[in-house]
Amino acid sequence: MFAIAVPSRTFFSNWKQRSILPGFGLTLGYTVFYLSLIVLLPLSTLFVRTTTMSWDEFWTTISEPRVLAALRLTFGAALVGALINALFGFIVAWPLVRYRFFGSKLLDALIDLPFALPTAVSGLALTAIYSQNGVLGRYFYAWGIPTAYSVIGVMIAMTFIGLPFVVRTLEPALAELDAETEEAAASLGATRSQTFIRVILPAVTPALLTGFALAFARAIGEYGSVVFISGNIRGKTEITSFLILEKLEQYNYAAATAIALTMLLASFGILLAINGLQWWSNRRFCRGGI
Amino acid sequence: MAANALGSRIPNRQTPWWFKATLIGIAVGYCALLLILPLVTIFYEALHEGWALYWKSFQAPAARSAIYVTLLTAAIAVPLNLVFGVAASWAIAKFEFRGKSLILTLIDLPIGISPVITGMLFVMLFGMRGWFGPWLDEHNIKIIFALPGIVLATIFVTFPYVARELIPLMQEQGSDEEQAALSLGANGWQTFRRVTLPNIRWGLLYGVILCNARAMGEFGAVAVVAANVRGKTNTLPLHIENLYMDNQITAAFAVASLLAMLGLVTLAVKTGLEWKLNQQRSLILEPTN
Repeated sequence: MFAIAVPSRTFFSNWKQRSILPGFGLTLGYTVFYLSLIVLLPLSTLFVRTTTMSWDEFWTTISEPRVLAALRLTFGAALVGALINALFGFIVAWPLVRYRFFGSKLLDALIDLPFALPTAVSGLALTAIYSQNGVLGRYFYAWGIPTAYSVIGVMIAMTFIGLPFVVRTLEPALAELDAETEEAAASLGATRSQTFIRVILPAVTPALLTGFALAFARAIGEYGSVVFISGNIRGKTEITSFLILEKLEQYNYAAATAIALTMLLASFGILLAINGLQWWSNRRFCRGGI
Repeated sequence: MAANALGSRIPNRQTPWWFKATLIGIAVGYCALLLILPLVTIFYEALHEGWALYWKSFQAPAARSAIYVTLLTAAIAVPLNLVFGVAASWAIAKFEFRGKSLILTLIDLPIGISPVITGMLFVMLFGMRGWFGPWLDEHNIKIIFALPGIVLATIFVTFPYVARELIPLMQEQGSDEEQAALSLGANGWQTFRRVTLPNIRWGLLYGVILCNARAMGEFGAVAVVAANVRGKTNTLPLHIENLYMDNQITAAFAVASLLAMLGLVTLAVKTGLEWKLNQQRSLILEPTN
């Protein structure tokens, strides 16, 4: 697997371009050593456990009602969160790129807050806000919507954590939009909404999809900001990460691996699908190329 | 139709003010509710029972131990990842070799793996029923449910940050300056210290700050590898969870406010450095054009 380990003579001579800079062997050697120790070794445990696990074993774990409920909740809430982020991310990114207004620089910096705030801290704050006596929670509860310790709470946390992904991928795409193309569309008789749907939206669709996928994938794996507000009610508001933790505490490594594998495969599948969609939308909308 | 369009429909290109105002209003309102309100809540909840109680939250032995463990973890993980980041970006950015993209993928990997799964990997390696578990147990070495496990998980979660900042920066800068220094008789170390390091210093600082913030704030991965043995192996985020479970809400928010300040400082430094990096980039890129 590692070509570096047994280089043939011809391979070795072509392997690296000549350079007068020193330190290649030392730095690359250290990099590979560190990566093997910190990444490859731990990852290999997952690989080995997966290959030694029987299909039956995998299926029994995954089809357990509690696990199924957790998978449904995690993927469902992550999808809702990512959709909300795709919509509002667009609405937030647009003025940040297009208009200059009081506090726009500050707002732009604050977008990264969900990245910068430790997840346990955000989880705690969200729980306080949306609990029955919370600043916003009291209004929701008055309308009969339980926002904390419920599916809605999980969605709120997953929306919070995903916003920067959509905004940060959309911003460069929106900034790159050519004002001339829009002017051309307008001068050819397109109304504002036509220009938006036919010219602007297709151009930023790849970025929007990427942001959506990143927010979705992050929400699936999120733990800290969700477990506080979800309350982890058995079979109802447990997310998959919480179940993994519980299985590990019971020394049930096989079950933990099965759940983790499902999450990893799903995230991987989503990213693949989005790549495919991007390729398709690039072909469809940018046929002529610019 | 075209004539009609050209004649009457060429609009004034100005977006109507009400459209702008509505959009800005929605954007600001949404961010205020989703982002700013949690931030305000943390400090309000931490302080609304007075400073005395706020300070008391940090006096408790469990809190002090959590601060100590967090600082110690960051003090081990950040320098290790700093050395790795510099070595990896030197090899990747300054040389052309096969297998580069594989290494780049491996460096990016921890960012895509969910924190709980990261913790799981280390439990399966060093836990009671893990690969090295029995051997470690025999020799009375504790990794899982102890400080080494926390440090290892933190290293895994935080190691991409320095490398990811430095690699694009060093690739952009190329190696002309280093080659010049070498041909003028500087040795490798002198070249690195006098030429490369000054060029990458802001990117390096940025990477270290991101790495440190993540190291101190990591929750999921650490929650898996650290048993909640109070006062022994708690980091600050784990301590917050314990206080919350104990219904000591004000104390939990007090500790959370400490980490929130770390996050805010990180954000401020990041914004400042990004501005500086952009400035530096335009300085580097201009003469070549």
